[in-house]
Amino acid sequence: MDINDLRGLSTVFAMIAFLAVCFWAYSGRKKHDFDEAATLPFEDDAAHINTRDARGVSSAEHADKDKGAIQ
Amino acid sequence: MSTATLQPTYNYKVVRQFAIMAVVWAIVGMGVGLFIATQMVFPELNLDLPWTSFGRLRPLHTNAVIFAFGGCVLFATSYYVVQRTCQATLALPKLASFTFWGWQLVIVLAAITLPMGMTSTKEYAELEWPIDILIAIVWISYAIVFFGTIMKRKAKHIYVANWFFGAFIITVAILHIVNSAAVPVTLTKSYSAYAGAMDAMIQWWYGHNAVGFFLTAGFLGMMYYFVPKQAGRPVYSYRLSIVHFWALIAIYIWAGPHHLHYTALPDWAQSLGMVMSLILLAPSWGGMINGIMTLSGAWHKLRTDPILRFLVVSLSFYGMSTFEGPMMAIKTVNALSHYTDWTIGHVHSGALGWVAMVSFGSLYHLIPRVCGREQMYSVGLINAHFWLATIGTVLYVVAMWVNGITQGLMWRAVNNDGTLTYSFIESVTASHFGYVVRAIGGAFFVTGVLIMAYNVFRTVRLGSENQQEGEVQASPAQTA
Repeated sequence: MDINDLRGLSTVFAMIAFLAVCFWAYSGRKKHDFDEAATLPFEDDAAHINTRDARGVSSAEHADKDKGAIQ
Repeated sequence: MSTATLQPTYNYKVVRQFAIMAVVWAIVGMGVGLFIATQMVFPELNLDLPWTSFGRLRPLHTNAVIFAFGGCVLFATSYYVVQRTCQATLALPKLASFTFWGWQLVIVLAAITLPMGMTSTKEYAELEWPIDILIAIVWISYAIVFFGTIMKRKAKHIYVANWFFGAFIITVAILHIVNSAAVPVTLTKSYSAYAGAMDAMIQWWYGHNAVGFFLTAGFLGMMYYFVPKQAGRPVYSYRLSIVHFWALIAIYIWAGPHHLHYTALPDWAQSLGMVMSLILLAPSWGGMINGIMTLSGAWHKLRTDPILRFLVVSLSFYGMSTFEGPMMAIKTVNALSHYTDWTIGHVHSGALGWVAMVSFGSLYHLIPRVCGREQMYSVGLINAHFWLATIGTVLYVVAMWVNGITQGLMWRAVNNDGTLTYSFIESVTASHFGYVVRAIGGAFFVTGVLIMAYNVFRTVRLGSENQQEGEVQASPAQTA
């Protein structure tokens, strides 16, 4: 076994690792988890200030909602 | 603290500090860039002083735009995104505050030492050893704050943007510490711990991964949060984002040798770097497609939303420069392009078109929110900035393409008797018009940033007025 075997094997290993990630990511088992994870950027809007509120209405509402949250 | 009343669960103070300083350093860094671009048109502008000569100001420009502007944007967005997607406040707020002041100190020290000519001479790692140690301390603190926040998360999953930010933080720590290893001679002078071709290889392993992780992985983290958020729909394919992540970080790390084609670096290492650079096209475009396709069904928003326009155009430039990069890494192409202005054009199509534009889009989304506002002071000014930035980038890149290919062809031209057809100075003279166009493009870009600074200033001021009103209005509710 010389250095070239190692080079060949590392290429095979990289290929297997890549295929493994693809199979894992696209397996049906993970679909639900990933759909859930994909919505994470939008989760906080419900829990916190919805920054897309109309400006005039929101400032007072926000302020007292937040005051409540502090206490 | 007035922000506490507005956003009780998130630490927005440090985000706001970094976001505002990002705009300040953008003006400084890009302003210096414009100044040295103008020096290439009018060499007299070096003022005949050592401190203002091109050789000293160029590293100041690169450090200021990459580490001061880019760094502050990365700190601001990663602290913002990690809190919001983990639904947890920042871990260790005092340490987070230290990362802000520590990073600003690094920038100020860089701005002092580089014009004085103190340099380790390693490109993008010019700062001398005491500053390098400070960077390492700040960076490790950053990692502790970031991963500490992830550990506090309420959500089950770690959102993909945080994977990119996390990889960027860890890899940059390793790159910086390994490449900066040096033997100090005095407080302001050190020599690399490595020698010869090994030193060059470590330098470009660092250098290319500064591009791959500092300027790509971190900014892809922004893309995966701000594009879905601004478009109002989840990322096109979360599964693709996972393959994108692992493929990108696994391959980028090997691409460095393409900076050393036809040098003393062993030929097999050059070929490896070239092949890995070519493969890199696939994950890069996978990510770009994932970002752009997130807009499918929401394309109409581009008509009215200049923030989304910034984000989408940044992805287009990302796609373009990640096609150009692998192409330039091919040895035969590199034989033409290397050491010419083509390289500078390539870097700036990535740096202005991708990194800066995705940063502007993200900052325009983030700044009003951390200042308790719904929107920036003026959407019209965002639009003006968008067009100035786009026109400026296109002028810059096209000028450098023309110059680069001209230079490459002139340098390789030989007469029948084997002598060179052109002297070097002839290629410089031929480049002059390109330098004029480049400086004009840069002026467009800097003007856009100045408009942004005004817009941000007004937004922050309105934000603090709003908060005072909010407190007054809130007090009856509080007693009730």
